[in-house]
Amino acid sequence: MKLLEINNIKKTFDDLEVLKDISISVEEGEVVSILGPSGSGKSTLLRCATMLETMDSGTMKYGGEYVVKDVDGKSVYASKREMKHFLHYFGLVFQNFNLFPHYTVLKNVIDAPIHTQKRDKAEVIERATHMLERMGLGDKLDYYPCQLSGGQQQRVAITRALAMKPKILFFDEPTSALDPELTGEILKVLRALAKRKMTMVIVTHEIEFARGVSDRVIFMDDGYIIEQGKPEDVIDNPENERVRAFLNKLSS
Amino acid sequence: MPLYEFGDIMKNIKKPSKNKGIIAIAVMATLLVPSLMTACGVSAEASDGFGWFFNVIVQLSDGMLASLELFALTLLFSMPLGLLICFARRSRFKIVELIAKFYISIMRGTPLMLQLLVVYFGPYFVFKVPLSTEYRFYAAIIGFSLNYAAYFAEIYRAGIEAVPGGQYEAAKVLGYTRRQTFMKIVFPQMVRHILPPVTNEVITLVKDTSLAFAIAFVEMFTLAKQISASESNIMPLFVAGLFYYIFNLVVSFVMGQIEKKMNYYSA
Repeated sequence: MKLLEINNIKKTFDDLEVLKDISISVEEGEVVSILGPSGSGKSTLLRCATMLETMDSGTMKYGGEYVVKDVDGKSVYASKREMKHFLHYFGLVFQNFNLFPHYTVLKNVIDAPIHTQKRDKAEVIERATHMLERMGLGDKLDYYPCQLSGGQQQRVAITRALAMKPKILFFDEPTSALDPELTGEILKVLRALAKRKMTMVIVTHEIEFARGVSDRVIFMDDGYIIEQGKPEDVIDNPENERVRAFLNKLSS
Repeated sequence: MPLYEFGDIMKNIKKPSKNKGIIAIAVMATLLVPSLMTACGVSAEASDGFGWFFNVIVQLSDGMLASLELFALTLLFSMPLGLLICFARRSRFKIVELIAKFYISIMRGTPLMLQLLVVYFGPYFVFKVPLSTEYRFYAAIIGFSLNYAAYFAEIYRAGIEAVPGGQYEAAKVLGYTRRQTFMKIVFPQMVRHILPPVTNEVITLVKDTSLAFAIAFVEMFTLAKQISASESNIMPLFVAGLFYYIFNLVVSFVMGQIEKKMNYYSA
């Protein structure tokens, strides 16, 4: 089943066309990495998919339901009430975590499920505690984000997103604010999630990270998808000239 | 002679071991002495040092209470009003934003004393409402509140804008409504950002209450000037100065405690 389907999305900031006709779909249980140089539009694509940015034209479906329809070449979003429903369909993990600094680790994780999803408090707390323990943060429940390392903060952020029971989890460069040694920490978490068939879309420019976790790699450049396929094909035997140039620059 | 009372107070002051405790109690005591003494009907002769000092304080005590009242009520009204103006200033509707901007520029750009005069005499000149003595007090509170609300609005705005955009994005993705986002995520962080400038503003307000003399509202400074003039002695003015200083010590101490409380996290 296709959890996410984006068709012919276009997005322009002022005079700069950032996304020029992009279509992607993500199957249930699939892990997709989006690679590409800075300014290729990969973050904008993710921000459109998570509704932090509105697309100019194109359509988007979550779980087969239209979030954005195309009316005469213009994107038309679902009503405010329907959007609320779609917001709970996905989770997003930010580059710089964006944890709430005035909340403890546990409160960061449980507050939204209790207050925006109106779920049972006891159930949410129990599940959150369990998840944080599994993330190796069982002894940090009462800590504030500022008392944690970057890797720990990112694990809290991932737990916070997972606590909403999303069907898809998006990652916006989840390791670029971290030291290289902490990157491995997050990679391990993502691998564990992949093993449990969590559907994930990861924007990154760490090739090894993408290779290590994804079923499919999408390579973007200048607002287009220029190559996609299995990581071993796209990363090790790229057909496209620009992909090859980009990968060479990174490995040299 | 009230000297024995003074001694008792001094004894009480020495009890707590911590420094800040001593300051706090000393300050409270100084503020309480005048009302206590009035209550006990103590009156001292003006001849010797302490007696004279307490005499002045007794004479000033009504003014002190009036200043305190003015101070407290102004804060009570101007702080929430400032938040409303801040919302207007940040409104999506250009016209609302412009009105708020204009309001703030008038309040910050003209003398507070002039604003007090306008609030006090305005109703008389415009609507021919007869002036009354009681209205002086209300006029002072209205004038101060309107003026301070403008300053608070700008402080709040700075505090809100200091909350990173990522906090709003995280809140949005997690499904918080706009209202929830403000109440749960933005407001608590804003409060922390604004404490130091708010302390500044509150301290200024303590001293600014003396401007109420412009509309002949009898607060402490007005009294001090009268006593000073009638006794041909500058000391009552110094006593008044001491009052403001001690008052502000209390303000700094209290705000310092609140800041410490808010320091449970760092952004």
